Amino acid sequence: MNNILELEHLKKYYATQKAVDDISFSIEKGSIFGLLGPNGAGKTTLLRMITGIFYPDSGNIQFDGRIFSPEDDIIKIGYMPEERGLYKKMKIGDQAMYLAQLKGLSKSEAMEKIKFWFKRLAMETWWNKKVEDLSKGMSQKLQFVTTVLHEPKLIILDEPFSGLDPVNANLIKDEIYGLAKRGSTVIFSTHRMEQVEEICDHIVLVNLGKKVLDGTVQDVKQQFKENKFSIQLTSVPSMVDAAAFIIDEQKENELIVKINEGYKSNDVLNYFLQANYTIESFKEILPSLNEIFINLVENTNSTARAFQKVND
Amino acid sequence: MNKIFIIIQREYLSRVMNKRFLLTTILTPIIMVGFFAGATFLSISGKDEHKIAVVDSNGFFKGNLQDAKGIHFEFPENVDTINYLQKGYTDIIIIPKFEGTQKTDYIIRSKKRIGLGTEDKISDRIDAAIEDKLLQDAGINRGSLDSIRSKSKFAELKSLEEGADSATESNAALSYGIGFGSGMLIYITMFIYGAMVMRGVMEEKTNRIAEVMISSVKPFQLMMGKIVGIGGVGLTQFLLWIILILGLSTAAQFLIPHDVMQQVSTLQQYNGQMPGGSMMQAGDAAQKIYKFQHTMSTANWPVIIACFIFYFLGGYLFYSSLFAAVGSVVNEDPQDAQSLMLPITMPIIFSFIIMTNAVQDPSTSIAVWASIIPFSSPMVMMARIAYGVPGTVPYWQLAASMLSLIAGFMLTTWLSAKIYRTGILMYGKKVSWKELGKWAFRKN
Repeated sequence: MNNILELEHLKKYYATQKAVDDISFSIEKGSIFGLLGPNGAGKTTLLRMITGIFYPDSGNIQFDGRIFSPEDDIIKIGYMPEERGLYKKMKIGDQAMYLAQLKGLSKSEAMEKIKFWFKRLAMETWWNKKVEDLSKGMSQKLQFVTTVLHEPKLIILDEPFSGLDPVNANLIKDEIYGLAKRGSTVIFSTHRMEQVEEICDHIVLVNLGKKVLDGTVQDVKQQFKENKFSIQLTSVPSMVDAAAFIIDEQKENELIVKINEGYKSNDVLNYFLQANYTIESFKEILPSLNEIFINLVENTNSTARAFQKVND
Repeated sequence: MNKIFIIIQREYLSRVMNKRFLLTTILTPIIMVGFFAGATFLSISGKDEHKIAVVDSNGFFKGNLQDAKGIHFEFPENVDTINYLQKGYTDIIIIPKFEGTQKTDYIIRSKKRIGLGTEDKISDRIDAAIEDKLLQDAGINRGSLDSIRSKSKFAELKSLEEGADSATESNAALSYGIGFGSGMLIYITMFIYGAMVMRGVMEEKTNRIAEVMISSVKPFQLMMGKIVGIGGVGLTQFLLWIILILGLSTAAQFLIPHDVMQQVSTLQQYNGQMPGGSMMQAGDAAQKIYKFQHTMSTANWPVIIACFIFYFLGGYLFYSSLFAAVGSVVNEDPQDAQSLMLPITMPIIFSFIIMTNAVQDPSTSIAVWASIIPFSSPMVMMARIAYGVPGTVPYWQLAASMLSLIAGFMLTTWLSAKIYRTGILMYGKKVSWKELGKWAFRKN
């Protein structure tokens, strides 16, 4: 069994909404997984079911090869929710200790781990400060530490970079890679597509409570590619009449061409070579996740998801 | 199992290891004692001096009217209501001639309005002077009357109550004091600690830590941890108060002169009598102290304290989970809390009103029922228990009250936990009563 998590036909209906409507997917051990979706798509509900906060109305969750039992498995999960915070009046060190103990660590274990992480993220001097004295970015860092402190098998991060400056965001990003390398699986929920493209191996896109996309970032891009190529020439022909492609866009010396059905990229090159143009560069244009996301989500009314009575 | 203990520990220590907690715990009794002492001091110490001119048409007040503290009577010539201020008097009393037994008014005119205490003192002095005159007329000597009166005081009313084994001495005033005091204390603490629970839950919600916590512990553990932790803070506060009061009263005993304390212990030994003589041998102060101690000893303290702790905890558990449920539902707006708290505060205030009646009349049917129903039993039962347990409150009533309170707080905790579980993760929406009801009675 190589999957840390398998969801089978999960459903969760609220009184006025099908928050999660029959979603299945699985997450490979040690991967960085992106859970994407517009606001109100059902991401948070899905994550709450995975973390044992909500019970699904129907469907199964398999955790590490067994049926998920919140009682036992909760300590193997680290969840940083989107709505997160800390006790304002508590000292940083005490706070980390408290949350670590609630995750089942003994006092000495917790102390050792806290010291390790505080040192790693240059937070040692914070120990006796109170949370209310920290800036938003600093408390995000502390929040991240308390989430991963107990070395969970599954780490769930909901919008982990909000409020972080680029330097600290990179620091956390490196830690996420490091955790994945050491065997943890990371679920990463966001609607910032450029981060997903950079970090994630595998993505699932949910919209209106349903899964609309599932695959590796490369596969998804291939799936949605429009056979567009960019070709740069020393000089651009004023008129092009080719069976193999049409010109989509022209910027100075660069042409964006769309290959017609039944032709290959080599046909484009052949055309220009035969016409004796000098080719400077030629590359395929894959859609960005952002474009795919907008394409899939737009026109589904999901931005103004209507509430209606659920009959089931 | 271990987790709830960690939560209790944090909730308890974060409140107790706090300068504010120590300060309020120590200062509250001192301020209260200081308040009473200050009030007593003000009432004793004379505020203003009265130099009173007495214009007496009878002629017998002169020499018979005794001065009091801050009141000085003089009998000058040629003073009237017009010129008494110029002559340096603050007040003037005009006493007309008394005609037999007919009621006659006498008048006092003053520069400033005179206080109630001063007015009482003046009329007491004048009454005493008239009494002296009448006694004299009847041929009775004031001195012999006083000695007869003091000798007659050897007889004293002691009320006894039929107990299980033997009749025990009871004291209605003491019972009233204990009943009212403990009822009041439960009333105040219910609000203080209930509100503390509510604020704690609201803090977790507005700080957005609720979901972080719920991903580690069950909502019920989080709620109970908070309730138990804060209840522990309450008990600690009571314990510190008891220690403080015992300490202060022990310290106060050292301030009393040694011979007085010796007399007190002799009185205790001989059950209020001085050996081989009349009571007159013991000093006034010693008798007062002995009397106070003797009165205090008529109350059944172990039962009262045990019941107080039970009803404080029971009442606290009954209401605090409801306060927690309200806290979980409220969003940032504190006004929501106000309106949602109303159904909780109403029964508490209503119980307080019943308690003030029950403490005067502990056996009316409304007092009996209110002391059994868990909404009001913590306060009302404490008011009744002070009057004696098998006597005023039969054992079956006490048992029924305690059992229904235990069942009651289990029920409120169960319902509150369901509201709490949903409410704590709900943001931005104002919740209606209908929805709350749905959450509370939803299965699973």
